[in-house]
Amino acid sequence: MEINKLNDFTIVLAGQAGQGVDSVSNVIAHIFKKQGYNVYVAKDVMSRVRGGMNSVSIRISNDRKDAFVERIDLLVSFHIGGYKHLENRISSETVIMGIGDFSGVENEIEEIDFIKIAQEIGNRIFANTVAAGAVCGFFGINEEIPISQIKEFFARKGEEIVNKNIEAFKKGCATGSHIAFKLDKEFVISGRKDIENFVFMNGAEAVGFGALAGGCNMMSSYPMSPATGVLTFLAQNAKKCEILVDQATDEIGAINSTLGAWYAGARGMVTTSGGGFCLMTEAVSLSGITETPIVIHIAQRPGPATGLPTRTAQEDLNLVLYAGHGEFMRAIFSPGLPEDAYDLTAHAFDIADRFQIPVFVLTDQHFVDAVYCAPMDKFKEKEFKNHIEVTKKDYKRYELTDNGISPRGIPGNGDGLVMVDSDEHDEQGRITEDMEFLRPAMMEKRFFKRKKLLEEVALPPVLSGCEEYDTLVISWGTNKAVANEAVEKCSKDNIAHAYFPQLFPFNKEAKEIIKKAKKVVVVENNAVGQFANLLTQELGVPVDERILSCNGKPFSVEDLVEEFNNL
Amino acid sequence: MTNTEQNQKPFEIPKEVDNQWCPGCGNFSILHTVKNSVRDLNWDPKNTVFVSGIGQAAKFPQYSGANYFNGLHGRPLPVATGIIASNPNLNVVVTSGDGDIYGEGGDHFIHAIRRNPNITLIVHNNMIYGLTKGQASPTSDIGLHTPTQPEGVYTEPINPIAMAISLGAPFVARASSGNPKHAQKIITEALQFKGLSIVDIFQPCPIFNKVNTYQWFNENTYILDEAYNPVDRVNAFEKALEMEKIPLGVIYKNDNRTTFEESIGTYDTNSKPLFERKVDFTVIKSLLEKRK
Repeated sequence: MEINKLNDFTIVLAGQAGQGVDSVSNVIAHIFKKQGYNVYVAKDVMSRVRGGMNSVSIRISNDRKDAFVERIDLLVSFHIGGYKHLENRISSETVIMGIGDFSGVENEIEEIDFIKIAQEIGNRIFANTVAAGAVCGFFGINEEIPISQIKEFFARKGEEIVNKNIEAFKKGCATGSHIAFKLDKEFVISGRKDIENFVFMNGAEAVGFGALAGGCNMMSSYPMSPATGVLTFLAQNAKKCEILVDQATDEIGAINSTLGAWYAGARGMVTTSGGGFCLMTEAVSLSGITETPIVIHIAQRPGPATGLPTRTAQEDLNLVLYAGHGEFMRAIFSPGLPEDAYDLTAHAFDIADRFQIPVFVLTDQHFVDAVYCAPMDKFKEKEFKNHIEVTKKDYKRYELTDNGISPRGIPGNGDGLVMVDSDEHDEQGRITEDMEFLRPAMMEKRFFKRKKLLEEVALPPVLSGCEEYDTLVISWGTNKAVANEAVEKCSKDNIAHAYFPQLFPFNKEAKEIIKKAKKVVVVENNAVGQFANLLTQELGVPVDERILSCNGKPFSVEDLVEEFNNL
Repeated sequence: MTNTEQNQKPFEIPKEVDNQWCPGCGNFSILHTVKNSVRDLNWDPKNTVFVSGIGQAAKFPQYSGANYFNGLHGRPLPVATGIIASNPNLNVVVTSGDGDIYGEGGDHFIHAIRRNPNITLIVHNNMIYGLTKGQASPTSDIGLHTPTQPEGVYTEPINPIAMAISLGAPFVARASSGNPKHAQKIITEALQFKGLSIVDIFQPCPIFNKVNTYQWFNENTYILDEAYNPVDRVNAFEKALEMEKIPLGVIYKNDNRTTFEESIGTYDTNSKPLFERKVDFTVIKSLLEKRK
């Protein structure tokens, strides 16, 4: 019998929207985590509620692996079209179970009709549990733990449903182990013990946790894929956390409400995607001139306009950099993993509050929808300070100070009056058209002095790989994990990877790190290399190669290994 | 009275502040009326926030002697909602024009009524765009000649009173800057109302609107008498449709709606405004533990 050590294995589930592929992947992911594995789940879904063809990739490993791979080790197909949909990711090694049109396919195939088995139990609804059972059976997982999870999962639906699901699971299990037996394969499980101390969450939830840790106590947002997850997460925890969450009636209302909230002393955030953010841009400018802090989370998807609503992209960096008319400062963060999203979103609140500017957390569909395992100890309590001053009688909201930051008062908290204006204003906050002194002074304060301050606190890039590198791969946001893994796996020796958690403004170390390399390569999911251009524009460093993709899919480890080998 | 004494009067502004309104503008009367109302109610300027958008009326807060947020065109209602929802202890009043509230901000007008934040909305309605120099507003009458409608306005004017009542606004009133005494009574009642109180207040624009003048408003409006009962919604709607002579007064009133701040749950178990709340990491930690 062939013994396969299970240290990096990808299961892909394929089915129509509405068939429950997502929920069964959730069950399987939890079962594998309980077994001691690191689990990473990437979602490839169509923008529809029923029909079409969706797939979910579940990558199981001993070490932490957080990147998308093309390779499919086990395909579980719920629908006749599943195989065709994923044909180009299937190799001769891929084991296939489920239903499909397999004529001419020479792989190991076990045709199982999950729905038929479910119907025999009493309802097609159990098909998901049959499939989860089949996967567990295939890996020879002891039934005990999954069954206790099923009991817990379905408890509120009553005893009968619990029992039917257990029956479905066992039937699936029997079929799955039969396949393994037929293939004469056994998978040895040697998971890691410390996985119990890992938390399981998607990118959107990580942004939400970061917001809470950073003292977010207000969200007003309008649903838009793929950014809605943050709104949902905060709404569901609003009561427990004693925060205010309101589904706005449009993005313009959302951001203006949130600015009103900050003005009154709350700490608010909006979550949206490119299209929704376009509607918000005038208010970004309002944040700029009124010096009202705000945190804006944008989960990017491919545009223009409606584009590909459920796919991924990094096309909106330029939009975020330049959004809003007029000139004012901003800061942009780009998390690559849940722990980054946690730290950076919390940090975004502090930066927004301290420097009274709009601050962006820029993610994308791949990141917010992907589910990761991250060590619990990375989610630490943040030091919290509210930068609000109790006002005195002669308070001036825009007092000209040495560093350009005027202490921020709020109405009803002191003896002063807090006057903010979208017109150019004097120190009090009253309209002015004084172009000799006040206009230049306010520009100096809002733009030039802020820029200096923000550069001083900017986060440096994070280096990994070879210390004495010739080739430097640069990534931001979602590509952190995939670039890290590809740098490790590629055949090049003198290669390193710099991940940028902050995209603007730059830490001065960034230039040094880039200048050390003979060849600078930027990886990003857009057509022109927006970040590459920004590096050249801001730091004056040349970028030698751009590895770009704008097809709506995330980079896979295989994609980048090939690209890096060819450098 | 010396300068200093004048400055001590609540809601007064320093004398050197340059008022940008035109002579004869109805805004002066509205400003004066609102100040009288808030003084009568003993409101504390430190606890009062005037919120506006853009336009001549939207400059009101500049001259109000209280906290203010003078934001973007059309957007004062969401800003005010965010303010009151974050700190329900504040008195929040939106003062902006017909273009700002019914035109650019029409969407927010609809949804603010649904939310029902505890604020007062005073719409300075002069049926014209003043600051941009005389174009039609959403309340301009058909036929009014303007630089951008040289053959006359060709779109149906909005009826904000009927619209507000149909949407279920709990306090809908109309006043006229030509009758400040009556207007003050209405505004004072609106400021005391718990929930969204809407006052559409007619004002002439002596520069750009040569039709809807002080005289026109006097001739085309009448004050509702004491016998009028504003609690019947259907009856109120009928009143709102009276166009030949336009009724002034509280057209509709409903004391039974809960406010946004009451319904959203944020203050159910904790009365502190948001700025006084601290992060409780034990709650975050317990949520994280569940993800293991």
